[in-house]
Amino acid sequence: MIQVDNLTKRYGSVTAIHDVSFGVEKGRIVGFLGPNGAGKSTTMKILSCFMPATGGTARVAGYDVFSQSIEVRRRIGYLPENAPLYPDLSVASYLDFVAEIKGVGRGERRGRVAEVMERCFVTDMQNRLIGKLSKGYRQRVGLAQALLGDPEVLILDEPTIGLDPRQIAEIRTLIRSLAGQHTVILSTHILPEVSMVCDGVVIINHGRIVAQGTESELVQQVFPTARTEVRVAGASGDVAAALRAVPGVVTVEPLPARDGTVGFVVESAHGHDVRGDVVRLVTGKGWALQELHQVGMSLEEVFIRVVAGEQVAPDVVVPEEEVR
Amino acid sequence: MRWVPVFKKEMRLYFGSAVAYAVFISFLVICGIFFSSIFLFYSDASMRSFMQPQFGQNLNVIENVMRPLFTNMSVVLLFMMPMITMRLFAEERRAGTFELLLTYPVRDGEVLAGKYLAALALYVILLALTLLYPALIAYFTRVEWGPIFAGYFGLLLTGAMFLAAGVLVSSLTENQIVAAFGTFGILLAFWVVGWGAEFAGGTLRSLFQYLSIGDHLDGFTRGLIDTKDLVYYLSVTALALFLTLRSLESKRWRG
Repeated sequence: MIQVDNLTKRYGSVTAIHDVSFGVEKGRIVGFLGPNGAGKSTTMKILSCFMPATGGTARVAGYDVFSQSIEVRRRIGYLPENAPLYPDLSVASYLDFVAEIKGVGRGERRGRVAEVMERCFVTDMQNRLIGKLSKGYRQRVGLAQALLGDPEVLILDEPTIGLDPRQIAEIRTLIRSLAGQHTVILSTHILPEVSMVCDGVVIINHGRIVAQGTESELVQQVFPTARTEVRVAGASGDVAAALRAVPGVVTVEPLPARDGTVGFVVESAHGHDVRGDVVRLVTGKGWALQELHQVGMSLEEVFIRVVAGEQVAPDVVVPEEEVR
Repeated sequence: MRWVPVFKKEMRLYFGSAVAYAVFISFLVICGIFFSSIFLFYSDASMRSFMQPQFGQNLNVIENVMRPLFTNMSVVLLFMMPMITMRLFAEERRAGTFELLLTYPVRDGEVLAGKYLAALALYVILLALTLLYPALIAYFTRVEWGPIFAGYFGLLLTGAMFLAAGVLVSSLTENQIVAAFGTFGILLAFWVVGWGAEFAGGTLRSLFQYLSIGDHLDGFTRGLIDTKDLVYYLSVTALALFLTLRSLESKRWRG
């Protein structure tokens, strides 16, 4: 549905994005992650036909964003950063304008506008001037205008910014409900949001894509080993050495001792669950097993590691300092 | 036909904010002052012509009331038109709404048409309100409507040209004040270029005369519709709108 190939954008001598390539399949929700100034908004502006790329191509729904921009624009809903709206229009008249310009017929316009206002929880503010709305309401009106015209592709630049926690939950549910019929690409820097809402992740840093895939793929790429925490009481002898001897274990790191117990982090290869062997080992030695659990690697740890460039998966390009 | 929603939105913004009313009130108050002083002077003159019939031989309400009124109105327009056009593109660019507008399935030309026609519609309403003055004259004396409508047609063309220049300047900046003053400066230059014609000679003189707005409006106020003047107004308007379209397209390129 979205296919981006070798996209590059320069503003004068500053390269905002460099050789960016990714694809989004129909009906999927992809999160665009990156620190501030990484090139998320630039990519989205190109995808929404607001500005042309310096190099490379981007296709949305099979149409080129530059040469067939009207066709692309018929099929997208775009929410720019900070949801720019007309402060002197009321919510309802603004949405009516958007519906008309997107080609929603006169007969169904009123119904469509009412429907998106309902979905985005702004019906109670429909006669209020947009300039008098709070940031959260403005954001939701911005989302409502993107949904008008039932576009196949939604491009949402930080859709939940400025919302309170309950509103964030509602909007996430709304975006989640779009999956299947709509293809969504959203940018955010709230990492748990990506885990909750998105099917796939693209991480961008300094204008380059540093990792992409599903969350579990990324975890496996970035952290080649699974971690298991073990805590044993009444241990005698060298527990670490005994653990190291368990098949599949790569390294054993000690944890601080607590209440007369000793703890270790056991790293093993992915897909190789060592917990059964650890239990047999511990009980066989007559020690008391106090704790045993796998430590999940969150997207946050992936993000920090990838963006900081500490450790990078083999098929991932090392980001260079290019953007000043 | 996608210009229609843009047109409607601009009209809502003109009347939803105070812009339309501010322009209407200031224009009508100033023109009302002009009209009443000219008309009072005229009635005084016609009273005196009763006493001295040879003095009032060429006393004519078109020549002595409407003609100076049209000239005065065109000067006031010089100040008013930039107020109407300054926000059209500059405000949207500053607020970032332009970014969203350009991602809707609408062509640059349709955006321009909607905005320009909205400004023109506001101006036509403004002109229509000033029909009160000739109506008042017609209440007191017999008037010939032909030259009055020719004068209004001239004012319509002048305003259309001013608005086109204003739209062009507004498309070049993000700052509304720059847009207003830039437009005002350009229009004023087109106005005063006629004064320079008096001191210039040869080709320069006829060039200055051709460029001057005042010289072209003069015919209309006398009830004369000349092709030369029509071509002047329409070609300058078309050129300004064409350049606006180019400027919008270049913005798209540069991003």
